[in-house]
Amino acid sequence: MIDPVLASRFQFALTTIVHIIFPVMSMGLAPFLIYFTWKDIRGGGPVYEQLRRFWTKIFAISFVVGTVTGIVLEFEFGTNFAAFSTTAGELFGGPLAIEGMMAFMLEATFLGIFVFGRERVSDRLYMVSSLAVGVGTWLSAVWILIANSWMQLPRGYELATENGQQVVHLVDPVAAYLNPRFGYMYVHMQNAAVESVALFMAGVAAYYVYRHHVWGNETENIVFWHKTLKIALVALLITAPLQVLQGDLYARHVYETQPQKFAAMEAVWDTESYVPEYLFAIPTDLSQLTDPRAKELFGIGIPGGASWLASGGDATAEIRGLNTFDTEAPPVAIVFWSFRAMVGMGFWFILLAFWGGYRWYTGELFEDGLLHKALMASSLLGFLAVELGWVVTEVGRQPWVIQGVLKTSEGVSPGLTGSEALITLVGFVGVYTAILALYAYVVARVIRGGPPDADALESVDSSDAPPAGVPGDD
Amino acid sequence: MTSATVEALASGPLFGLPLPELWFALVFGLLGTFLFLDGFDFGAGAIFATLADDEAREAVLSAIGPFWDGNEVWLVVFGGALFAAFPSVYAGLFSRHYLLMFGILGALILRGLAPEMYEQRHDERWQRWWGRSFVAGSVLAPFLLGAFAGNWLVGSPRSLTLVGVVVGVAVTALTVVSGAAFLRLKTRDALPETVTQIGLGAVVAYLLAVVATLGVLAVRLPTGIDALLSVPVIALVAASVALGVGYGVALRRGSNVAALAAAAGLTYGLTAVVAVLMYPSIDPAAGLTVRAAIVSTLPLNLMSVGAALLLPLIATYFAVLYSAFSGPVTADEAY
Repeated sequence: MIDPVLASRFQFALTTIVHIIFPVMSMGLAPFLIYFTWKDIRGGGPVYEQLRRFWTKIFAISFVVGTVTGIVLEFEFGTNFAAFSTTAGELFGGPLAIEGMMAFMLEATFLGIFVFGRERVSDRLYMVSSLAVGVGTWLSAVWILIANSWMQLPRGYELATENGQQVVHLVDPVAAYLNPRFGYMYVHMQNAAVESVALFMAGVAAYYVYRHHVWGNETENIVFWHKTLKIALVALLITAPLQVLQGDLYARHVYETQPQKFAAMEAVWDTESYVPEYLFAIPTDLSQLTDPRAKELFGIGIPGGASWLASGGDATAEIRGLNTFDTEAPPVAIVFWSFRAMVGMGFWFILLAFWGGYRWYTGELFEDGLLHKALMASSLLGFLAVELGWVVTEVGRQPWVIQGVLKTSEGVSPGLTGSEALITLVGFVGVYTAILALYAYVVARVIRGGPPDADALESVDSSDAPPAGVPGDD
Repeated sequence: MTSATVEALASGPLFGLPLPELWFALVFGLLGTFLFLDGFDFGAGAIFATLADDEAREAVLSAIGPFWDGNEVWLVVFGGALFAAFPSVYAGLFSRHYLLMFGILGALILRGLAPEMYEQRHDERWQRWWGRSFVAGSVLAPFLLGAFAGNWLVGSPRSLTLVGVVVGVAVTALTVVSGAAFLRLKTRDALPETVTQIGLGAVVAYLLAVVATLGVLAVRLPTGIDALLSVPVIALVAASVALGVGYGVALRRGSNVAALAAAAGLTYGLTAVVAVLMYPSIDPAAGLTVRAAIVSTLPLNLMSVGAALLLPLIATYFAVLYSAFSGPVTADEAY
């Protein structure tokens, strides 16, 4: 029978990896939708109504799937990580409860109006609804990341033993919840969400633009796709450079506060200075390929690069090696490669942004077929980069679930049996694969269907009630 | 926040209030709110099974469309409040009923996805299967939630118990009671007269299930029959019978708002019975009392301030949502 600890870890990893897609989509779309709604209400023209209605469809389905997969996440703290919940509940439960009350309630109620209520409410209330939904999704992330940043960098607590179990007591809420880590995480996450959605919008729009202009295949509503591509490019030009620049500061903060994670990101085993930044590395002895302890590396590295990045400019800075920690190292290969892939994509997105921006400047944005193909190929890479970033964050702090306080293996429910864990794990793999497939299917259908026709919309604008036969938003 | 404020917040309960008991009441109040609000969505899902007509089915989906997501958040808030105020209970209870919890989650996933999927395509096979999924999720979720509440009350370590089954049946019947009133209110003539009949049948079934529950509890409850014969329990049961009769009369007369209010009363009444029977314990299986399981004073005070500020705000959101969609849904408001 399977080890319940291992099964719980796999199951939680699977739950978060699938769930994060949907909040990224809704958080990333939120600022766009607020802008589209504002322009639409202020009479910006039918294209803004098309934009609002089209992207609201994607938002709505993402929100629904995000809700059902998110509840699972909250419950799994109790079902699978009961020991963690008992130990950390006093600090960890509060932010989760406030997230539900302050943020989730706000989004879920006003979403009803935002998706179903355009014809029922005034312009003003509709605008307020779009803002409420957007603010709600971003507030959700505030509380979730407050909880997560405390697990990365626990502060403001005291340890006590109650009924033979270690329990964390809150002593300084300001230190615990206004954690320095939170700011780095929040900016990195929210900017990543907008960047991922910008890449997705650009990729989808590039497909239609390519089909129309390069292929010469007459496409309906091409103005809508032009506009989508340009708006996405503007967002990408802002977010892509910011992500890499801020990510650099974040990595430096990790170097200072979580040296074990940083050592895993750079695969540094023995404390060294003048550590190279490997762009690529394999063990010279190929039988050690799966062994992250392989020491003889063949690689392409920038001399002193890792030290330089860690310290913010000093190529001789010392990086503490994994061998110097009392606990076993996290799975180094996973952290090392995830970090590289994420950073590599970050630079690629900057290149894409400037490439697109340059073509726009030269007036060839709609003619550069290679750019369109690059954008199409990159449409989902933002989401992949987010996933890998979270892998670095969460795998990188193993074996700890609360850094330096509680190990992940000690956080699992003590009464959980191997067969129970196996049943739900198998169920999860099946259900979550189905959810992903269905989500992809629905989103693809929405994209294939395209926006509502501009001609049909103008008749809506001229009267309060929609004429018979005009379908609703969804 | 200055250190003086923190010290004051850590020194004793805010305004000397009995915060552990208030949070115990709040946790059950949140559970009751979820069981009523999402309850009528579940009930609508069960009634959906009895409707063969395409237009009637669309009317059911349109009726719950703008609401169900917000209603479901009450379950998240219930879980969050239990976690924040009584972390060891949250941990113990959820891990003890491991498979039951995942059953509930699975049912909620099915119920949430099915209406979205149902509307994606209009071929018969597709809609038949997603319609079935919608019904299955809508019936299973309240049944398993009821089973969870029953097991919680009697402190059973097992997921399948007799108490669990009868409470599960009671809660499922109760959601149909709410669902019938809600659909009558929201759809007027789009649905056949049978919806009223279903509501009347469900309220009778619910009251019978309550009698069965009390019978089983008399044998199984650790505190025995004395707890059942206490004044609050007798009063709540009597009130439930009165509300049940009132519901039937109101639904027949077409006073749909009154019928829905009676259904709300029934739901909060049932939750209150469970809470009253459980108190002063909050996790009978672990032998934990409310006072023993509550978090320490500082986080409790902070949470209390948060809840006191946010719950009235949430009430406003729901008021705005429900008033924006007041009155029956119209034909052009497709899901």
